[in-house]
Amino acid sequence: MRSAFRGRGILLVPAALGMALVVLPLLGLVVRTDWGGLITHLRAPVVWPAIRLSLITTLTTLTLAIVLGTPLAWALAQATGRLATWARAILTVPVVLPPVVGGVALLLAYGRNGIVGAPVFEAFGWRIPFTPMAVVLSQLFVSLPFYVLAVEGAMRSIDRRYDRIAATLGASPLRVFTRIALPLAAPGIAAGAALAWARALGEFGATITFAGNFKGRTQTAPLAVYIALQSDPQAAIALSIAMLAVSIAVLGLLRGRWMS
Amino acid sequence: MTLDAHIVARRGSFETDLTLAAEAGSVVALLGPNGSGKTTALDAIAGLLPLHAGHVRVGGRTWADDSTGLPAQERSTGLVAAQHLLFPHLSALENVAFGPRSRGMRRAPARERAQQELDALGIGDLAERRPAGLSQGQSQRTALARALATDPDVLLLDEPLSALDPTTRAEVRAVLAHRLAEFDGVTVLVTHDPLDALTLSDHLVFIAEGRVVQSGSPADVIARPRDAYVAHVVGLNLYPGDPLDHSSVSTVLGQVVTSGVDHEGPTWITFAPSAVSLYPELPLGSPRNAFHTTVTAIEVLGQLARVRLATDDGQPVVAEVTTTSVANLRLQTGSRIWATVKATEVSAYPA
Repeated sequence: MRSAFRGRGILLVPAALGMALVVLPLLGLVVRTDWGGLITHLRAPVVWPAIRLSLITTLTTLTLAIVLGTPLAWALAQATGRLATWARAILTVPVVLPPVVGGVALLLAYGRNGIVGAPVFEAFGWRIPFTPMAVVLSQLFVSLPFYVLAVEGAMRSIDRRYDRIAATLGASPLRVFTRIALPLAAPGIAAGAALAWARALGEFGATITFAGNFKGRTQTAPLAVYIALQSDPQAAIALSIAMLAVSIAVLGLLRGRWMS
Repeated sequence: MTLDAHIVARRGSFETDLTLAAEAGSVVALLGPNGSGKTTALDAIAGLLPLHAGHVRVGGRTWADDSTGLPAQERSTGLVAAQHLLFPHLSALENVAFGPRSRGMRRAPARERAQQELDALGIGDLAERRPAGLSQGQSQRTALARALATDPDVLLLDEPLSALDPTTRAEVRAVLAHRLAEFDGVTVLVTHDPLDALTLSDHLVFIAEGRVVQSGSPADVIARPRDAYVAHVVGLNLYPGDPLDHSSVSTVLGQVVTSGVDHEGPTWITFAPSAVSLYPELPLGSPRNAFHTTVTAIEVLGQLARVRLATDDGQPVVAEVTTTSVANLRLQTGSRIWATVKATEVSAYPA
């Protein structure tokens, strides 16, 4: 740091200010936490159902992201055509889209009158919005692109000549995927999974729009924090600290891969 | 198991069109400058590049023609490239067993087959190592074992020794020669190195710009090259010309007196580098061919030196002389020198 900034004192002012804008909120959270009563606050009635729901939905989301996203990433990594370029561009949309807009879009697709929701209701009588399934769909919408793009990058960097050699040895495309691509992309898959899970855990906008805020059913940890801030601020802070700890743990998992 | 291939393939605007045929157990060497279509030919046989036209038949089976094109995994080939391309997450044994496993062999027999192939190539004791723990030569032997472990009908070797250092290359070449002697499929060997071609193959095919320019047994090709690249590879001086009478030929070097011309029409003349003598002054009174030249390069190989010369018209001539001569003549790049060749050393044959 010192050597990099030597002789650039004037630049240090905005740099430090920028850093402060990130550090101060985190500092606020840590300083104002009632560390002695942390356990007690975490026992507040709003906390446990939210954590439980968040764990169940995010792990379901993560499983679906891996099962569906890995083959999608492999297909994109191997593709060269226009279609793949478009697919990649569309996948990037949820990354930049305001989550609330995502929630509206989900409602219009899977809602009672949605393009998928209406026929599903006709056929099975199922309502998707405001259910745990809606929570999972919201989380998938925002986190699957993160997973696919990370894994695609890892798979794209595998030397294509391995596929060719494997084919001459008699390996079918499925065997090349399972025996060559998956093991070689394993670090990328782990990183993508961690990112996607963190993103799913923090999902707020799409969830509250599409799945609502029903305690024990669709009220995930971020929604519980928002609600509890008005009724039981110390519980909200305790839950926030728990989620901060999880975020730092995810960052730890990614360390050495994307951080030096 | 015979190979009968007529390969017409396109890569961008470059078209390859060549015919290859080989008997079971034989080794065909494909030689040619970079970008002449050698790797294209291998890829077309392996099924990694679609044929534009032509056919690939192996044994009685059609792998590719106008109506069929088996995918690579359904063709019985083994491919070894200059880089070993061992799967980094698998041990040497698992790499070699990958082929038999992919072709449906159960785990235990596949591992046994892999161990046997590693043993045959002299690296049986390294079976449990990952590629990262293998030397260059050991990796390339493992890659060979992997290609051979499926008992392929056609073994495709794409410059398999070119990335190795000279000592390792000689070592792996010897192992390869030994193993190929027992191999009953067809081997197609792409190489730049004349030594690989001459020591490993039964038949040489020279290609340039996607076409066969000369093919034949090593002895044939060495005796009578018909292309400048071929002559360069086998180390001969080669020039086109037209006969003037029963002994002389008009060539780009001027009039050259040969050991005899018994034909008419376009002619090649060749002489070995060792037939060239160098003199500081034009020697008088002998029926020799003499050319005034400039030294362009000198390579020392033990007691011999290969001296590259250019005539005043810019024609290349290679001479092989002793290092003592190089010292006595004080040769260096740019030296002016007379190169002479006895008529009896120059052979002429129809082009």
